[in-house]
Amino acid sequence: MRHYQEIIDSFMDIAGNPLRQVKDFKEHTGGKAVGCFPEYVPAELVYAAGMFPVGLWGGDTGISRAKEYIPAFCCYVLQADLEFGLNGTYKDLDAVIVPSLCDTLKCLGQDFKVGVPEIRMIQFAYPQMRKIEAGVKFLESEYGRVRAALEEVSGTKITEKAISDAIIVFNGNRKALRRFVDVASEHTDIITPVIRHAVIKSGYFMEKPKHTAMVDELSDALSALPVNKKGKRVLLTGIMADDESMLRTISDYGLSVAADDLAQETRQFRFDVPTKGGGAMYRLAKWWQIFEGCSLAYDPEKKRKDMILADIEKYDVKGVIICMMKFCDPEEYDYPLIKDALESKGIPALYMETDGRAEAQAQTRIQAFSEIL
Amino acid sequence: MKGEYTLNEDKKSSDVLGMLQIEHYQNAFEKKMDGKPVGWLTSLFPQEIVEALDLDYVYPENHCCAVAARKESPKFIDIAEGEGYSVDLCAYARLNLGYTEEGYAESLTIPLPDFICCCNNICNEVIKWYENLSKKLGIPMIMIDIPYNDMYYPDQARVDYIRDQLEYAIGQLEKVAGRKMDYDRLREVMRISNENSKAWSEAMSYLKNKPSPMNGFNLFNYMALIVCARGKASSKEVFDLLAEEHKQLSIEGKTKFKGEEEYRVMWDGIAVWPFLGFTAKTLIKNGINMNASTYPDAFAIQYDNLTLEGMAKGYAGSANTRCIEYHIDGRSGLMQKMKCDGALYHMNRSCKVWDMMQYTIAKGTSEKTGKPYAIFDGDQADPRGFSEAQFSTRIDGLKEVMAENKKEG
Repeated sequence: MRHYQEIIDSFMDIAGNPLRQVKDFKEHTGGKAVGCFPEYVPAELVYAAGMFPVGLWGGDTGISRAKEYIPAFCCYVLQADLEFGLNGTYKDLDAVIVPSLCDTLKCLGQDFKVGVPEIRMIQFAYPQMRKIEAGVKFLESEYGRVRAALEEVSGTKITEKAISDAIIVFNGNRKALRRFVDVASEHTDIITPVIRHAVIKSGYFMEKPKHTAMVDELSDALSALPVNKKGKRVLLTGIMADDESMLRTISDYGLSVAADDLAQETRQFRFDVPTKGGGAMYRLAKWWQIFEGCSLAYDPEKKRKDMILADIEKYDVKGVIICMMKFCDPEEYDYPLIKDALESKGIPALYMETDGRAEAQAQTRIQAFSEIL
Repeated sequence: MKGEYTLNEDKKSSDVLGMLQIEHYQNAFEKKMDGKPVGWLTSLFPQEIVEALDLDYVYPENHCCAVAARKESPKFIDIAEGEGYSVDLCAYARLNLGYTEEGYAESLTIPLPDFICCCNNICNEVIKWYENLSKKLGIPMIMIDIPYNDMYYPDQARVDYIRDQLEYAIGQLEKVAGRKMDYDRLREVMRISNENSKAWSEAMSYLKNKPSPMNGFNLFNYMALIVCARGKASSKEVFDLLAEEHKQLSIEGKTKFKGEEEYRVMWDGIAVWPFLGFTAKTLIKNGINMNASTYPDAFAIQYDNLTLEGMAKGYAGSANTRCIEYHIDGRSGLMQKMKCDGALYHMNRSCKVWDMMQYTIAKGTSEKTGKPYAIFDGDQADPRGFSEAQFSTRIDGLKEVMAENKKEG
């Protein structure tokens, strides 16, 4: 059994080198790589086609060529994804999948198609009327289009069995990550916000079985240690909290991440794809019906705020940091309701606007927030 | 329409339009006072199913136009921003969410809703906006999802999904109305809606004549009717009158455009309502008539057949759910048909679904038509998003290129 620090070092290394990971996969397997735009993509289909699904969650880059396609009030993650496509950073990708989850994503897929014709763009729509059976059937049809396009890219047929097997593999990864966030919450002396993020993020750049095994290995190593809930416990909510300097500042001022409600992190693995009840494509589509707690999935009951309140209780959270991605309208609409829900329970909240890098006053504001807690 | 007007031969389309609009809001208030449910609908919700159940309804977006054009939007926008709504969000949404707190506007008051109907064929922001209204007011939300379509034409899976949703929504609305749907009545409303769309298109078709009989900015006034009352028989009278007026002006070679129509442009996007007068006057001053627009065309929904399947097909093709090639082809075809000299694109800060492809659409359309274009920054309801100086400069630039092109023949 490796020492936890050794495992953490591996995660940090992988999370910091996504392009190398893609290159390594292609060199070692001869397989192809498919980029998956935020926030949710049926990556199981990519895996079932024997290809490497790569999460495209932006990155630190100046925006230059993308300005020819999109105005400045586009969220930074999609600006960066387009820029990386245009400037050749994504040259090792054989295709990208774009889910039309928000107005910007609808358009960005089209801009990508025009601006980066050398990379196959596969776009599809999630149904918003997802609770009725017609929604599940429609998504099954959309996934069918994605599947057909992936078959063209890979040059192989994606079988029912391969999809069923992929669902089991991905559910295994979800389960491992759910366990990890629970264990991490009890070992915040070791699992700092930066490390916690790297463990989860590295899953976007690793073959799923390898990631699962390594996450389990780390959880096992941590579980053998005494519980240590160091730091004032906070919950992060939003699309993502990817800025390392902000995450470092959080721990520098005595805070620890006890739980998250981030689209890039926990929202990905809260719910499993059903393993029974219909064919593999149908079950894959069923996940979107079961799914809850994201600003991008229609919910007139606004359950997300209740889920945050439940996690505050479960993880003994003392405060919430709202990581607001600048220009992300779905999240901006949820904010007033979350703010009110937290206020009504007397939970302190810090609103942090990010556009790749935390706002200028981040350090001072995080320090002040920590003092309140 | 609840009250029918007998049209006087001397009556102008604009007079009738005004009367119908007043009646539209009066009806809603009367229903509310009688204890009947009144709904709020997004602009391209399949209103036929609401109309056929004899439910009354108003359009917050239309209300926002009126409030913004009468300079009252900042008050409501401030209220919403005070609640935590970001300045980044659609100004119609902020205005309406602020209005919901007050329930009264000096420029135009609409009754608060008992149910809301949302269709995301215009954008996805309406889903979030209406979710919050539903939660805040504790009222049912009826949702029709028109999925984004990356293919050129919608596939059968989309049509099936929309048809099933229409059936589901009818069930929800039957509960609100307390009665069952009369499908004969629904077919009748669909027939009227089809006729209105045709009559609207007919009235607009005269704008291709030189000079165009209409000052294009008047489109925005008439648009209120095709938005609010597509399924009402009385609307057709306005469109017929308007078509007749345009026909007569065309025969006489006259135009309602003040001054000489030196240049003709396509306007892309929603009006800058808080600066409607300024934008219109600037164009007039420069001899530029906006004789084509993508926006009013978006509301002319047509059905192949008068069934839920036909309705699903009609709505599946809504403009804002379409791919880039469709947008470029549509704009190029429109500009060619309407003999436009250039295009003016409103980079509307409120409307990401329109903005995030706009550079690509504008460039592609210009390459296809060989016509110049200008893009200006603005907003449909928040006056902070528009600069008079920038608008004037962009118009000067566009005019200069159009003049060069004319010289070169």
